[in-house]
Amino acid sequence: MKYPLTYPNNDGGMNERIKRLRKQSIETPTTLTIERALIETAFYKENYGKMPNCILRARNFYEICKKKTIYIGEDELIVGERGPKPKAVPTFPELTCHTVEDLHTLNTRELQPYFISEEDIATYEREVIPYWQGRTQRERIFSHVSKEWEEAYHAGVFTEFMEQRAGGHTAMDGKMYQRGLLDCKKRIAERIASLDYINDPLATDKQQELEAMDISCDAAILFAERHAELAEKMAAETKDEKRRMELQKIADVCRWVPAHAPRNIQEAIQMYWFVHLGTVTELNGWDCMNPGHIDQHLWPFYKKGIEDGTLTREKAKELISCFWIKFNNQPAPPKVGVTALESGTYNDFTNINIGGIDRYGRNAVNEISYMILEVQEELHELQPGLSVHIAKVTPDDFILAATKVIRQGHGYPSVFNPDTYTKELMRQGKSREDANEGGCSGCIEVGAFGKEAYILTGYLNTPKILEITLNNGLDPVSGKKLGLETGDPRTFTSYEQLYEAYHKQMLYFVNMKLSVNNYIERMFSLYAPATFLSLFIDDCIEKGQDYYSGGARYNTTYIQCTGLGTTTDCLSTIKMHVFDTGRYTMDELLKAVAANWEGEEKMRQYIINHTPFFGNDNDEADAIAVKVYDDLVDAIEGHPNTRGGKTQLNMLSTTCHNYFGSVCGASVNGRMAHFAISDGTSPAHGADTQGPTSVVKSLGKLDQTKSGGTLLNVRFVPEMMKSEEDLRKLGSLIRTYFNLGGHHIQFNVVDTETLHDAQKHPERYRDLLVRVAGYSDYFNDMTPQLQNEIIARTENEAF
Amino acid sequence: MRLFDVKRFAIHDGPGIRTTLFMKGCPLHCVWCHNPEGISYEPTRLFTASKCIHCGAHETEGVDACPTLALQVAGKDWTLEEILKTVEKERLVMEESGGGVTLCGGEPLMHPEALVEVLEALGKKGFHRTVDTTLYASWETVEHVMAHAELFMVDLKHMDSAQHEKYTGVGNELILENIQRFSAMKQRPQLWIRIPLIAGVNNDEENLKKTAAFISSLPSLPEQVNLLPYHDVGKAKHTRMGTKYNPKGYEMSVPTEEQLAQAQEIFSRHGISTIIGG
Repeated sequence: MKYPLTYPNNDGGMNERIKRLRKQSIETPTTLTIERALIETAFYKENYGKMPNCILRARNFYEICKKKTIYIGEDELIVGERGPKPKAVPTFPELTCHTVEDLHTLNTRELQPYFISEEDIATYEREVIPYWQGRTQRERIFSHVSKEWEEAYHAGVFTEFMEQRAGGHTAMDGKMYQRGLLDCKKRIAERIASLDYINDPLATDKQQELEAMDISCDAAILFAERHAELAEKMAAETKDEKRRMELQKIADVCRWVPAHAPRNIQEAIQMYWFVHLGTVTELNGWDCMNPGHIDQHLWPFYKKGIEDGTLTREKAKELISCFWIKFNNQPAPPKVGVTALESGTYNDFTNINIGGIDRYGRNAVNEISYMILEVQEELHELQPGLSVHIAKVTPDDFILAATKVIRQGHGYPSVFNPDTYTKELMRQGKSREDANEGGCSGCIEVGAFGKEAYILTGYLNTPKILEITLNNGLDPVSGKKLGLETGDPRTFTSYEQLYEAYHKQMLYFVNMKLSVNNYIERMFSLYAPATFLSLFIDDCIEKGQDYYSGGARYNTTYIQCTGLGTTTDCLSTIKMHVFDTGRYTMDELLKAVAANWEGEEKMRQYIINHTPFFGNDNDEADAIAVKVYDDLVDAIEGHPNTRGGKTQLNMLSTTCHNYFGSVCGASVNGRMAHFAISDGTSPAHGADTQGPTSVVKSLGKLDQTKSGGTLLNVRFVPEMMKSEEDLRKLGSLIRTYFNLGGHHIQFNVVDTETLHDAQKHPERYRDLLVRVAGYSDYFNDMTPQLQNEIIARTENEAF
Repeated sequence: MRLFDVKRFAIHDGPGIRTTLFMKGCPLHCVWCHNPEGISYEPTRLFTASKCIHCGAHETEGVDACPTLALQVAGKDWTLEEILKTVEKERLVMEESGGGVTLCGGEPLMHPEALVEVLEALGKKGFHRTVDTTLYASWETVEHVMAHAELFMVDLKHMDSAQHEKYTGVGNELILENIQRFSAMKQRPQLWIRIPLIAGVNNDEENLKKTAAFISSLPSLPEQVNLLPYHDVGKAKHTRMGTKYNPKGYEMSVPTEEQLAQAQEIFSRHGISTIIGG
């Protein structure tokens, strides 16, 4: 730690237990476990086709809960693992089945390996792979799409989320802390009893779904019971009296939750953890699972415990630390095939929200919020991700505490603005209260926690669309005709004509993507209902409908648009230098980019240094960005999905801006071929030269309430954040951006020298976490390409 | 007003987040000056060799056409409107942070008419105004400008006039007298005294004691005293100007943490609390 911690109640950091658990979590290598796949495959072989798919899925989940290896580690107070031991990651062959080659690659690759024994690979080849041939979701998707779709997909015009994982983005509200699974079972029974088989033609479907939910309740209760049994067994065997008491307590807790509503903070945390594990065992949803506003959820238990003397701050913090380590024990399941580039990371994107507002819009910061900042800073693990939520009603003191953690340079917390994102949610039709209870999950995606299925479907590469436009429908990288023939830009006589061509091309690809989205949604509804998850999302039980079938109160489908900065800067370059000043002809520009600027360094430099780019509070450039953004909103928003909801846009890129850059040739803003495009809504690399106020003012010109989230990366040199006064100024910058309607801002507090040194001496920087794009990752775990990209991000010399 | 730089989002030039306007021309020429391109009133060419691609554009099309910005000219005359427009862009963040505008140099008091015109206009628009100065100017000038600023940040470099002259080219009598008269005014802007702390030049115990004694004996104490540890960013600027940094080879070095602590201790013995850095 570079800076001392000065929280008012800090009690001196991790205790010995937490130090040991953290060490274990960090040092345990990530492995693949085939246990889940074996249980599932055997179950499917026996039962597929014999029962409705929702019942099949629920019973499959039950089978896994009944048979999987139960693990309780030394020192643990919160128990349960997704695999048979920490950092053992299961596979999900029903979604996408790894090949033998995939498994070998994962076992031996240098970055982010997933170790697996030769014996397990052989078993997988024999028992698992043959059964799933032709039965996976991935195959269902790819066998359906058109040739045009497939070509555009392979050329990197867009990606498809659901070909590797299930639709996700799930964050919880507070209901599980008030109602246990036995309460759920009771409600399910009532709901079944009230079905009207004569006047409701879907009554039988509802009955089946509700029965499946009921089985899922039993599965999770059984799963907890098995932990109780193991804890008791271990208690009987241990000679350590203190540990025996702890194990007995664990057994008691696991017998109580998740069957009943928790009564104290340990039960509350364990309750969530069982729900978490259930969700990520049932399916492999994007962005894992998320407790949401955990500080608000735990607060009543904490308050009660302190008041009745059964809890101390120290004990609460220890439990939260144990809980945090559990997240780190669950690396993301690995991708298959070439998509590793899309987001190669162990991070599974749980993004815990603290601070912000409560259901009634009041300041929700409490003692747990501060405690979590301490825990996050002390542990500084890869997972979970953390975000602080800063509304107008949030006290400055909380921002200051958060900026102190930001300053440590681990890449979190990221910072969100409830005043803006509640408007986004209400604009989409949520009630004020449901919006207030919402937050942000994954990277920056807004959702009504506990009440919404907001499903991301893939990224859209806008600079690629412009590249295709500039080549009259041809993709110069793949050499294929992917787009419409919108005319040879050399014949265009005005900027408006060029924009019109881009706009047509953009609509063409957005519609291409949309045309398949609903089919994919149906495949999840039909083949992969999430009957356990559905228990916790209003109003799945009331409606008797699955999370994937419109059971949620709100249902949103997103397309994530990337490269706003790059696209804007390219358009601005053409507008200024071709149509306004005539300094260059369109032909000269297009030849230069076709040659990747070979022999045209003078032109390239002139463009870089003498063009109004996005992120400089330049009204001309910003007007282009606003137009590009508004047109994307108009193209994407409002199409009906299969779940009774609508499509929406959001603006994030995760690490996809690297992949998207790698499939693009050089672009007219001076960007070299295959270099990253701009991330989220950030300015393109090095485009912003007027300081951070200009950046936030440029971004403030976008009506961000029309999105489901935007993303702004700002990098600061730690040298400039030494004093508390400096940190308060950083807080002012955040407030300024949020007053302008900003949705999100995050800071990478590292200097270039450090990063270069980290490239040269990775061994010295094993714990160097940096913010990538909505999440943090270990610098050492990144590809050199991504490392270079991080280094190239504008370094703000002002700070 | 002739400026050689405008820095938006300046966080170490006074309270809050500020925009700093660097006025060209200075009667002093401190050997450690980190903005040597601001000393002469005439436009100054800056050349960054590493950026140059040898295209020759500046010869045919002028300096503004340099594609890489390897060649730049420091020193451009700004109209009041241009200045106000630029400053206005930062208003939101200034208001949020309690910041404002800092006029610095060079030496802003060298051009009092232009300075007062800008300060007056800023005042009307409600901006907090800081003048960062050596106070090396006639008392009439100081008094005239004082009425148009909320804060004066005054450099105090050496208590020995001969030493002061050796390193800055001028003696310190006028500066010390002006600080005294400034602090004696019943109605005055806030006063922050800033002492560049340069090991080998002014951080010896004797000078620090004299400095502390001088400050503590002022008719009214300054609201803040900063010790600014020396750094040699001026070196790179001289390279870009094609001139030599510290041509006489004076010994100057960055004060150690220990020396900084000692300096703070000397000031605190005189009842003056100090802040390290700006």
